[in-house]
Amino acid sequence: MTMLSLSSSPHHHNRRDIGQVMRLVCYATIPGILANVWFFGFGILIQVVLAVITALVTEGVIMELRKKKTERVLKDYSAVLAALLLAISIPPLAPWWVIVIGTFFSIAVVKQLYGGLGYNMFNPAMAGYVMLLISFPMQMTSWLPPLSIAEQSHSLWDAIHTIFTGFTSTGFSVEQLKVGVDGTTMATPLDEVKTALLQGYTVTEAKSHIMFDGNYGKGWLWVAMAYLLGGLFLIKTKVINWHIPGSMLASAALLSLFLFLLDGDQYASPLFHLFNGSLIVGAFFIATDPVSASTTSKGRIIFGAAIGLWVIIIRNWGGYPDAIAFAVLIMNMAVPLIDYYTQPRTYGHKTKASKDS
Amino acid sequence: MSEYQDLSVQGIWKNNPALVQLLGLCPLLAVTATVINGLGLGIATTLVLLGSNITVSLVRNFVPNEIRIPIFVMIIAAFVTIVQLLMNAFTFELYQALGIFIPLIVTNCAIIGRAEAYASKNRVQLAAFDGLMMGLGFTLVLVVLGAMRELLGYGTLLVGADLLLGDWAKDLTIVVFTTESPFLLAILPPGAFLCMGLLIAFKNMLDRLIEKRSQRAKQAKIVQRARVTGTDI
Repeated sequence: MTMLSLSSSPHHHNRRDIGQVMRLVCYATIPGILANVWFFGFGILIQVVLAVITALVTEGVIMELRKKKTERVLKDYSAVLAALLLAISIPPLAPWWVIVIGTFFSIAVVKQLYGGLGYNMFNPAMAGYVMLLISFPMQMTSWLPPLSIAEQSHSLWDAIHTIFTGFTSTGFSVEQLKVGVDGTTMATPLDEVKTALLQGYTVTEAKSHIMFDGNYGKGWLWVAMAYLLGGLFLIKTKVINWHIPGSMLASAALLSLFLFLLDGDQYASPLFHLFNGSLIVGAFFIATDPVSASTTSKGRIIFGAAIGLWVIIIRNWGGYPDAIAFAVLIMNMAVPLIDYYTQPRTYGHKTKASKDS
Repeated sequence: MSEYQDLSVQGIWKNNPALVQLLGLCPLLAVTATVINGLGLGIATTLVLLGSNITVSLVRNFVPNEIRIPIFVMIIAAFVTIVQLLMNAFTFELYQALGIFIPLIVTNCAIIGRAEAYASKNRVQLAAFDGLMMGLGFTLVLVVLGAMRELLGYGTLLVGADLLLGDWAKDLTIVVFTTESPFLLAILPPGAFLCMGLLIAFKNMLDRLIEKRSQRAKQAKIVQRARVTGTDI
């Protein structure tokens, strides 16, 4: 049956329906996920599976409760994508209930309570992430070192075992898995630099740590590169526009370059900021969410640029080492305002400037 | 419906200070991390409401209209001080747990709202009953909100009952589940906002259900009659 309905964004004026678009974005995360598996172990795969199952069950139940067409909604893959993005944002060996609670919150509270796809003001994946981060700080910061410098390696079975019981099949805890070959507990590159700066070291001294390979965290660079590849594929296939990722990366790079030139000991270089943490994933996959992002071309540039600025500001002076989620949520709030002031001129109407003259 | 019944329905449900008027949200959101904190503040607020409503109603004919608000505020402040001193004396630990939010009852708009809107215009008995019912409605919301947040956050109910009720109440604590990592969102203020929103939504849902029921009952009573008057079509 055909269904003509007035809907809010995402509007797509081509042959693809929402399901196809969402699926393409899911596919585009595959290189990044594979790179993550290669460098950090199988945990992320299990998180993705758990998240997708939770998302589908939650969405299905709520659709039934709201007496909507469950099958049609489940097939638009928006819940799957939100779950996927949340799963790749959390530490790979976080306990199973973390991702289940987070995905449930994303879908039920952030998305469906606002009215479902097209009505949610906030990015579901990021709102879920922030909820998890402030609720379970310990679990949400237990990032593993890359396998190449970890003291203990872990197999697929170990990953499953750890996610469900907290220990590997041979009895190591996540805390022990976090220990690197040098015998110290590892953090993420951003966290390491932030902690070192707080202790009075310079950025260069912080980067002499075993987890760094020059400017970049071992493993992290390649994961970021893989996501970049997926992101470029999305731009190539016109699933997303260049505006948000382009302006976001550019503004982050410019601000960090300015700070770096001001004081290279206190502020890390632009390349460090671009390829550590989740800036690349954020720029191509998260900030480009068609529902909660700005909908005009000019608005998207402002939206992306502001996120980039917030990311660098929070990374340098905030309490948390990374900031994509906070930056995206802050700018989600500003989207109605941005859209209001960046309405494009409708065809046949004059611009304000030409009207005045 | 008698005046008293009407006042009870208004205070507890239809015009609930927390769920419908959305007054006094600051203490509501700040102290409801546990049931007992909510109950403690609820009882304190009810006592103040009762006292202030009675007093305002008694003096309503002597207070010049122009300066009634400062006078009401002073009356409320006096009762808050009394309650604060009483709590300091008899439930010291709860007094410490609630901290600044006991003196802040003075600023609770629900209290001055009732003084202004009801007590200053009605007889003492009615004003006292109104204060009691409004306070009860407020306390109920505080307790339910506290229960939601305590259950989600710590997995327990009625922790610290001994602070309010004395040592015998230590055994009242119900442990629903134990967790090493409390669900901080429920305990932090954002969780209070979320739970509050859910509560209001739930109340609205119930209201709508009741309305539908009553409408259906009404429709059932109306007998449908098809009357044919003219045959020359």
